[in-house]
Amino acid sequence: MTLSYSKLQRKMLMTVLAWIVAFLIFFPVFWMILTSFKSETEAISRVPHLFFSATLDGYRAVQEQANYLHFAWNSLVVSLGSTVLALVFAIPSAYSMAFSPTRRTRGTLLWMLSTKMMPPVGALVSVYLIFRDAGLLDTKTGLLIVDALANLPIIVWMLYTYFKEVPREVLEAARMDGAGPLREIYNLLLPLSMPGIVSTSLLAVILAWNEAFWSLTLTTSKAAPLAAFIASFSSPEGLFYAKLSAASTMAIAPILLLGWASQKQLVRGLTFGAVK
Amino acid sequence: MAAHAFNTTQPPPRGRRGVWSLNTPTITILFLWSLVPLLMTLWFSFRRYNLMAPDRIGFDGLGNYRYLLTDPGLALAIWNTILLLGAVLAITIGLGTVLAVLFDQEFFGRGIARVLVLAPFFIMPTVSSLLWKNMMMHPDNGFIAFLMRSVGLKPIDWFAVVPLTSIIIIVSWQWLPFALLTLLTAVQSLDAERKEAARMDGAGPIAMFRYIILPHLGRAIAATTMIETIFLLGIFAEIYVTTSGGPGFASTNLSFLIYRYVLQEYDIGGAAVAALLAIVLANILAFFLMRSFARNLET
Repeated sequence: MTLSYSKLQRKMLMTVLAWIVAFLIFFPVFWMILTSFKSETEAISRVPHLFFSATLDGYRAVQEQANYLHFAWNSLVVSLGSTVLALVFAIPSAYSMAFSPTRRTRGTLLWMLSTKMMPPVGALVSVYLIFRDAGLLDTKTGLLIVDALANLPIIVWMLYTYFKEVPREVLEAARMDGAGPLREIYNLLLPLSMPGIVSTSLLAVILAWNEAFWSLTLTTSKAAPLAAFIASFSSPEGLFYAKLSAASTMAIAPILLLGWASQKQLVRGLTFGAVK
Repeated sequence: MAAHAFNTTQPPPRGRRGVWSLNTPTITILFLWSLVPLLMTLWFSFRRYNLMAPDRIGFDGLGNYRYLLTDPGLALAIWNTILLLGAVLAITIGLGTVLAVLFDQEFFGRGIARVLVLAPFFIMPTVSSLLWKNMMMHPDNGFIAFLMRSVGLKPIDWFAVVPLTSIIIIVSWQWLPFALLTLLTAVQSLDAERKEAARMDGAGPIAMFRYIILPHLGRAIAATTMIETIFLLGIFAEIYVTTSGGPGFASTNLSFLIYRYVLQEYDIGGAAVAALLAIVLANILAFFLMRSFARNLET
């Protein structure tokens, strides 16, 4: 009896400790969501209240004054578009490396990853000038292309680790039946590795949705995604805490849900299969 | 072994040339994506080129290099870049390891607590920075100021007094969940039997951590360091919306310095030299990281 009692005691202690940590880490997010339902005067109150009369004024103001949906649409198009574009390149590439490895495959994979090591700002000058001359500044197409390129190495890697798990024999059987590589990918590999492709896409969407550097430097208003729209609150006029919180809450909500749904795959994806 | 996983015993491609060529498009665009900016940057670094004075364009020899090297912001920007990287890595991996062990314990509501802890990682940098700037660290309306006032302390103006530290706090908050989750995954993959055996042998919690858990985490730490470094070298939005690199150059890193040159001074030549420097710095780090990462791969 004493043993199980001390076990329970230990569990209670761990519960308290872990929940304090979890609460501290989550608190800023909680506070922001709470603030989004306050009135502007309540939001800047020097003595904050946990209980207050909730209002949707912040949300209304963000849509009416700032046309929130315009930026949300840009974010959606850019993150989905860049993901699809990157997958078009990454799937054949990961397929060839996973199923026809050569002596150079390992080197190629590491080289792809090393291109990601270059800080984006190293490419800023040239991308900015090319985009200016090509008329791509402040366009969704331009931002979408850059996001796809920036995420491509990670997407190839992640797909590669998933494709590696598909048994070769299955694909080889199809090959005996005379199926070409593209057919093989389309008819067999895609259905077989669908969960892996879905989690890769989720990660790509999350990365593109949250991407801030290229969004801030290559777009101004027409093609600005939410990440850039939120930044416009850094030099605001008048009371803005509730509006900022409302806009932010809406901007992060979809990604929070996607992220929570894919937390296991996220570790695997971002550690390139090193931690599963 | 790493080499083993790649030089597989599987049969060679058997003349399926079609398959290897499927990799060509990706290799080509990634090659262009990394080479074209580098060459253009190199070219512009030797030219006088200001977007505001397009008629004064021309060859400038080492003029830009001389100009940049005398820029008082440069040394500080390099130092800030390294400090930001080092501090955030130390905080997230150090604290992440401790918290991973804590979250590995059984406790009530573990699933929900884990989900809450993970949240900051999914929040876009512009949101988390403004959230901290206005609602946490603001000297009048911030929650931290409220806490300090309620215990009788005088609130501090974080971004004016300790700008870089403030940014380190924000970035660590963003990356701690990822480090924690990765390390937790690694801790959980540790054999329960091995832990039990060590406990039987009388290993206390500290000996357990030092001799059983920590050695097991090498790979997860290498991978976390790698991915964090990739993103931390490019930190930009957090500075952009909070301090704009100030006061002075106190919170300017290389990324932000280059941004200042391009989009605030329109000095393409100066920006090019700074960009080259950033690329060199990243490559030195990449060289060491890739080596240690490759060693940890597919063991």
